[in-house]
Amino acid sequence: MVVRVLNLNQMLHLTAGRVGGLFSRRAVVGLTNSGARMSSHHEVSDQVDMSQPMYWDRLDTPLPDRAWIDVLDSKDKSLKQKEKGPWTALSKEEKIALYRLKFNHTYPEMKKPSHEWKTVIGGMFIFFGITGLVVFWQGHYVYPPQPHTFGEEWQAKQIQRMLDMRVNPIEGFSAKWDYKNKQWK
Amino acid sequence: MFRPVVRLSTSGVRSLTRTRQCYSAPLASRCYSHAKVETDEEFDARWVTYFSKPDIDAWELKKGMNTLIGYDLVPEPKILDSALRACRRLNDLASAIRILEAVKDKSGPHKDIYPYLIQELQPTLIELGISTPEDLGMDIL
Repeated sequence: MVVRVLNLNQMLHLTAGRVGGLFSRRAVVGLTNSGARMSSHHEVSDQVDMSQPMYWDRLDTPLPDRAWIDVLDSKDKSLKQKEKGPWTALSKEEKIALYRLKFNHTYPEMKKPSHEWKTVIGGMFIFFGITGLVVFWQGHYVYPPQPHTFGEEWQAKQIQRMLDMRVNPIEGFSAKWDYKNKQWK
Repeated sequence: MFRPVVRLSTSGVRSLTRTRQCYSAPLASRCYSHAKVETDEEFDARWVTYFSKPDIDAWELKKGMNTLIGYDLVPEPKILDSALRACRRLNDLASAIRILEAVKDKSGPHKDIYPYLIQELQPTLIELGISTPEDLGMDIL
């Protein structure tokens, strides 16, 4: 078996070449994606070109850097031409169409509540449940037996000894025991 | 007129002209700024002038509106009138409708502000032919 020992220089060149190849591939993907990105629909998996103005729906930014739909077909273009004239000439549908060309969601659509909270709470309870199972299993299989000092008999003897010693007789333990009648106060 | 009674936000970057007293000064000396506080009328006039620029471009409109909406206030009708006319000069109806939506959202829980604004802007809306989101059925989902 022949093992080719590379010196440091050669190793650096190899890794750089591989990395360079990686970069050039990503750059090509980025360029083609920026061309494709100019269309109206954007998949999350696309590589977004962050050097171009972006569109976003935000309540505090009513007018984003870019219109929603950039690539206009002939119908849209003629509508845009009509927009240059008096707006009183536009029908309601045309006005809505113009809005939808420029913006994705309306404000009510942006503020629409989602059902995400149900997933969150449900997930929380599932994890609590799993944790509970783990804790229960642990208590059964992992913990060693309890010390003998926890037993009923031992505890009774312990309490009696504490009372005999007059532990905390003024405010605490023995103060609550009625020595005359041999019961708790 | 529509400024909230208690201004809790300091919005440091934006308050270029709105200097405020430091309420939480721990020392005996107060950090009152010596700069002149801009009055409401001056603020309004400044923004009306900004949007009244005859050759305003789309970027300036966007920047102005986004900045204005960033403030802790609902703009006066006269500022909105100026902005809507700027939209007209830019042939941008969609942005005009968006501006109306934005100020409705800015009013927050104060439901009486937006109808007042629309009432004040009615002449302009009719003149320019801008439909409100309510007219177009876009205020509901």
